[in-house]
Amino acid sequence: MRQGAAKIFGKFMPRLDTSPQTRQRPPIMQRALPYFLSLPALMVCIGILVPFFIAVSYSLMRYRLNLPHLKGFNWFANYLDFATDAAFWHTLWVSLVYAVLSVGFELLLGLGIALLLQKPTRMNNFVSIILLLPLMTAPALAALMWKLMTNPNFGILSYLVSLLGFTDFKWASDPSSALFTVLLVDIWVYTPFIMILLLAGLRALPKQPFEASALDNVPASFVFFRITLPMLMPYIITATLFRLLDSIQQFDIIYAMTQGGPGNSLVVFQVQAYLEFFQYTNVGRSAALMVILWAITYGLSHLFIKQWLRLRERASGLA
Amino acid sequence: MGGGAILRYSLHRLAILLVVVFFLFPIFWIALMSLQTNESILRIPPSMVFTPIFDNYQALITGKLITQAGSLDLPFMKNLFNSFFLSAASVAVALILGVPAAYAFARFKFRLGENIAFTLLSFRFAPPLLVLLPLSLIYQTIGLDNSYVGLIWVYQLICLPLILWVVRSYFEDISPEIEHAYRIAGHNWGQSFLRIAIPLARPGIAAAGLLAFIFAWNNFVFALILASADKQPVTVGALAFVTASGIQYGQIAAAIILSILPTLLLALYAQRYLVEGLSLGAVKG
Repeated sequence: MRQGAAKIFGKFMPRLDTSPQTRQRPPIMQRALPYFLSLPALMVCIGILVPFFIAVSYSLMRYRLNLPHLKGFNWFANYLDFATDAAFWHTLWVSLVYAVLSVGFELLLGLGIALLLQKPTRMNNFVSIILLLPLMTAPALAALMWKLMTNPNFGILSYLVSLLGFTDFKWASDPSSALFTVLLVDIWVYTPFIMILLLAGLRALPKQPFEASALDNVPASFVFFRITLPMLMPYIITATLFRLLDSIQQFDIIYAMTQGGPGNSLVVFQVQAYLEFFQYTNVGRSAALMVILWAITYGLSHLFIKQWLRLRERASGLA
Repeated sequence: MGGGAILRYSLHRLAILLVVVFFLFPIFWIALMSLQTNESILRIPPSMVFTPIFDNYQALITGKLITQAGSLDLPFMKNLFNSFFLSAASVAVALILGVPAAYAFARFKFRLGENIAFTLLSFRFAPPLLVLLPLSLIYQTIGLDNSYVGLIWVYQLICLPLILWVVRSYFEDISPEIEHAYRIAGHNWGQSFLRIAIPLARPGIAAAGLLAFIFAWNNFVFALILASADKQPVTVGALAFVTASGIQYGQIAAAIILSILPTLLLALYAQRYLVEGLSLGAVKG
């Protein structure tokens, strides 16, 4: 028991504790301390887990707000319906396309900008800071800003593309260009996130391999693909998984820009669940959609947390 | 420098310039729009030459838009107040709950602590609507719908994981030896926590608090689902603005500028800590 307490307290136990006069177990108050301190956080956890389990139970029910008397368990019927429902596969497809394209472009662009700003000069540091402003703009408001800029009557971007000959480019109000437009907003907001993480990574890399290859006149492309990129990989993987997790759940930008439209062209998971709930009042179906999205993100987040813990250890090791 | 080096240098500068234009132009353009009348916004071709007016901001701040058709109430200042109040109160609650927990997780290795820390982290990556949709029904039953308390409670989903993990990494970086020495000198645990640990971790606590404030401010979906007009923050309020009749484009632009300005200023102020906060303590800037 004494061993157990010492283990729990770890490095916090004063060394004097092993001397004879303080050999007793720490008082109950002190053993309870970590639990007492984390109690409020635990309560928040429980408070969030309750609606989570309720959501899971809703997903197993026939539950429509407009037909409350029909409420009851139909077990996996909501999920089985999805298998043959073209709308569900469309939602899955749009969500994956959105996530992969947005994160793909952001990664390329973010890496490119990080390389441009790699040298820690004053000017580069200043640029890297002001580039963070889009990331600090609320995504919903960023969507509104781009909505004003792509307005067919006075939008500056509509005007600029008309100079290039696209006189009738409809941006988010045309199904064929809606995805492009919301991706543009997503890229505008989130590229700085990848940029700033990769920039921090680049600047934390050891100097010796680069100095050695400069002495030996190794070609720049070789240095990049054989030295920089492999050494930067942990940062790239962490940033990419972080963004994928957020991007597959994107709601703010799409909802503020088009509400999932035009038609059903941008009904990603969360937008579709929102519409099922508030427009079609089908709670069961909406909950089932969210449980499926949760399962996808749960898998991804496991991968992410592993990577992230590794980086965390490295960061505190270097500090 | 040879010709090739000069060319490479200029291309490098040009690339940086293009990047800066792409990322800053939208903010700049909306700021210009906010200083124009509707007529000057609708001009074709668009022009950067105009006499700036402050009528749009004046209409938002006084809450009254006076046109020939009559006067219109603009509830925007209420939205701005809600954003400030909800973000500040959520961060305050998250700091009170999170800092002691972060300390416990950093100093005492115990299984329950790790479980709580990772459960909270996994909430950060779970789809918010999964919790929000049932919560909207629960809130209606227990009377918390459209209340500040109910909103501040779910805002913990944003603030608490961030504060817990960032502050924890700061506590872990502080050597426990200092606290040991202080305690051996006869002070109890509470005194060493308040007088030694918290002051040493203050930069981390401030950074995590500022970032949590920014993320709470920028949140959209929580209030969209759980709040009615009188409790809505600017993110939801501005959206309603776009569809409201009688409001002019200059006022929408001014509302956007007023809504993003606080977070942009805070971010510039706290920029040293952004990298660490954004990666939840995994990457040091």
